[in-house]
Amino acid sequence: MRYANGGTALTGTYIAERDGMAVIKLDNGYNIGTSPQKIELVGRAAPQPPAGAGVVVQNPDLPELSIISTGGTIASRVDYRTGAVTSQFSASDILRAIPELGDIARYRDRQVASILSENMSPAIWQDLARAVYDEIRHGASGVIVTHGTDTMGYSAAAVRFMLKTPVPVVFVGSQRSADRPSSDNAMNTLCSAAVAAGDLGEVAVVMHATTNDDRCAIHRATRVRKMHTSRRDAFQSVGSAPLGYVDYPSLAVSLSDEAVRRGTGEPELRDALEERCALLQYYPGMPLSVLDAFEGYAGLVLSGTGLGHVSTDWIPRLRDMIEGGTAVVMTSQCLHGRVCDRVYNTGRDLLSIGVIEGEDMLPEVALVKLMWVLGNESDPEEARALMQTDLAGEIQRRSIA
Amino acid sequence: MNYQELGLKAGIEIHQQLDTAEKLFCRCPTLLRDTAERTGEFSRYLRATESELGEIDRAAEEEMKLVRKFTYYTYDSVCLVEHDEEPPTPMNPEALEVCLTIAKMLGMTPAEQVHTMRKLVIDGSNTSGFQRTALVGLSGALPDGCLIETICLEEEAAQRVEGETFSLDRLGIPLVEITTAPCMRTPEAVQEVAGYIGMVLRSTGRVKRGLGTIRQDINVSIAGGARVEIKGVQELDLIAEVVRREVQRQVALLAIRDELRERGARVDQTVVDVTALFSGTKSSILKKAKSILAVRLCGFAGLVGREIQPGRRLGSEMSDYAKKCGVGGIFHTDELPAYGITAEEVARLREFVGAAEEDCVAIVAAGRERAGCAAEQVMIRAEMALAGVPEETRKMLDEGSSAYMRPLPGAARMYPETDVFPVVIDEPLWESITVPELLTHRAERFVSEFGLDEDLARQVAFSERLPTFEAAVAAGVRPTIAARTLLATCRELARDGVAVDRVSEDEILALLSAVEADRAAKEAIPDLLTELARTAGEGAGTPQERVDAVIAKMAPAVSQADVESIVRRVVAEREAFARERGMGALGPLMGVVMQELRGSVDGKVVSETLRRELGRLLS
Repeated sequence: MRYANGGTALTGTYIAERDGMAVIKLDNGYNIGTSPQKIELVGRAAPQPPAGAGVVVQNPDLPELSIISTGGTIASRVDYRTGAVTSQFSASDILRAIPELGDIARYRDRQVASILSENMSPAIWQDLARAVYDEIRHGASGVIVTHGTDTMGYSAAAVRFMLKTPVPVVFVGSQRSADRPSSDNAMNTLCSAAVAAGDLGEVAVVMHATTNDDRCAIHRATRVRKMHTSRRDAFQSVGSAPLGYVDYPSLAVSLSDEAVRRGTGEPELRDALEERCALLQYYPGMPLSVLDAFEGYAGLVLSGTGLGHVSTDWIPRLRDMIEGGTAVVMTSQCLHGRVCDRVYNTGRDLLSIGVIEGEDMLPEVALVKLMWVLGNESDPEEARALMQTDLAGEIQRRSIA
Repeated sequence: MNYQELGLKAGIEIHQQLDTAEKLFCRCPTLLRDTAERTGEFSRYLRATESELGEIDRAAEEEMKLVRKFTYYTYDSVCLVEHDEEPPTPMNPEALEVCLTIAKMLGMTPAEQVHTMRKLVIDGSNTSGFQRTALVGLSGALPDGCLIETICLEEEAAQRVEGETFSLDRLGIPLVEITTAPCMRTPEAVQEVAGYIGMVLRSTGRVKRGLGTIRQDINVSIAGGARVEIKGVQELDLIAEVVRREVQRQVALLAIRDELRERGARVDQTVVDVTALFSGTKSSILKKAKSILAVRLCGFAGLVGREIQPGRRLGSEMSDYAKKCGVGGIFHTDELPAYGITAEEVARLREFVGAAEEDCVAIVAAGRERAGCAAEQVMIRAEMALAGVPEETRKMLDEGSSAYMRPLPGAARMYPETDVFPVVIDEPLWESITVPELLTHRAERFVSEFGLDEDLARQVAFSERLPTFEAAVAAGVRPTIAARTLLATCRELARDGVAVDRVSEDEILALLSAVEADRAAKEAIPDLLTELARTAGEGAGTPQERVDAVIAKMAPAVSQADVESIVRRVVAEREAFARERGMGALGPLMGVVMQELRGSVDGKVVSETLRRELGRLLS
């Protein structure tokens, strides 16, 4: 393109149209937007040579890990012309971007989805659990799941309830975009590979432990929550200590006594989920009519105030729902601490109508668990008992923090 | 040197920090801090991302030769954006407005839609690994017709504390980058253009002042040479010298190239391990190195040690390249024996690598990997010597010579900052930008309007105190008093160790107004300022109250009757002296009276009273 504005004419490459303006990349590297009439075509850019391909040779003596991608980016390429950032999914592409991975293990790749994590659904959690199970059955020494961070906690918990695993299943993502040299993607991925090749035997989330590039924390899938919109150390174990840490760059993994070790049990998949479940955060004055939306639901998790309350006005209506067959579980929007509906009258009234105390479960984990419990257990009393039993580390018998 | 004949072409890039309330892409103040005030630190690694073509930008790749850990100091005036822990805010409209003002002053055309880009910089100075920058205007002109290509608005980088440690207070301060075409033909022209643009920038009254707030990068090439960018020239007075020395360097490198070609010089492609040769060496550097590698530069003897710039040799250039691998430097046989390496060791080295008399041997000593990397870099730089002058980004050293930093960056290292929406510069916005009076014009006006002499007028116009001066004049203070106080008096007091910078502008204004209202004599200004500086920070009070208090203490109001009685007493006490000297006693007696009055009364009044009294006595 030739761009004429003011005195001088410049040349550049046409990129795209945006808000009625033509975006061009000038030869000095800068993009600007201009009225289309100020540019004229002088020639066509030479077609881009194909992206650098080629297979990276892997060390056959190392254990094999499976990288399952769902859309989270651990490796990416930037098109400096258009600014487009392309996620890389093949093992070779990932190894080219993060060569140090090759010192830890061999890799095979599998793509389950290519979506933003806010577009996840219980159906994709099921696909994911099946894929992980399949990879384990086919001999993967460990599984790494790359995932967008927004809902990574939900997916990790969902897979944890559906799957019993004797090998590490590690969820990993990045908080800072993979195109930036400062991205946390490489370090998180290297740490997740170290965990996946290591001694753990459960589902975990591995992400930055601090703002420093010094270590990653290993979080239990059912205790982890994204607690910050943007920081690297957004993921935190709530109400419990992490399962361990990975030092960087040494990649030395340390596991706590709590962490389940590799080889515990056999792989087992129970992938039924009851999708007619919801999570509702109560706020003062929330109209009762909101509950109409959950009419006919199999389960409803309330994120109540404090020790686990909603307005006393809600009690008759909740009683009707429970009598109509909806399992109602109470959790707390405090996130930290245990629900106790035996302290105040409102709580005692909630218990008397059959609301299930969600103990110290995180609200989102309680939702995922309720889906799984109701998907696998049809007897309401059994389901109630399961909701109050620790199945996957989601409930701690003692509050330690 | 005849620069015309050499085909000198030079251009400059001027980087000027803007004095905005907030940073460019976050809401932090644009405040520089003392590193002792830091509230914490954190550390990160940076890693270049593969581009679509499977390439890493060559400048970025060069920085990648070392995997480096960077440490950042943080402050209570810094937020998560500088930590690279939060996306940027929209572009600061105040900074954009200042940038557009400058663009308009330089006759530039604004971009219709400004797109923020990410420019890869992985030397650690940006926590993200890129610098955000946006092209705001194009095609301006200087009075001499030289073209200004672009004006960009970008964020300032973090400043290096030492080694790989950076301080985050500076990161994100808005900066304009003004790039001229390579239209200057002499070293002096470059300095003049830099001076002129600097004046334009200061005319806005909205740019930061002081050391480090303006930096010049200079582009220099000569015919047959190459474009070289010299970064970070902070002193205006050094610019011409930097250009002269770069021309000298390119001329010398071309001469070396010709001589190398004449000799049929070449670079031996095998790196020889000579560690064993130095097993008993006295050189402390060689002794502790795990690996010593040698490179034979056939036909290079005498040229590696040849000076190409004051204090710089071709060997220094090779050394700079080798340093990118983390080694301290190199040795070469043009400078040996020295540094604890004996003539005998040199002879053994030459023999071992099969060096003839016309060959030079370079050696690097370090750990295995680093030494290998460094030896390769020496070979690369030696090959470049055969080709002439390499295109490079260099950093200025003291006095005006320069050292290699990295290859010139390509356009490849920029891609869109998708977290910042483009900003439209429409007609109404562009029209609303008012162009301030140039400082040169203002100085001329001060001469014609206020009767200041040319020197003082220029000093005032270009001084940081200009706003105070204008406020004082607007408040009715005589321009000469205002100008002299703000420039001469303050400078003299500062030289005498008085902390005049602790006196606020408002206090100076109140003081000048008091003098103008005859509440204190202008002779008392230095004493009053000294007292204001001494008591700064003590107690409360408005500027006016502080000034009143200081006047009451240092120069209490004295009535004309008091003046007359003091004058009469002084003359009476020194009657004999007065009679002996006649009117000649006026000067000495004046001093005695002024001493007593401590500047409370205007000297003119005292001198008239004294003259009258003397006249009465003598008549």
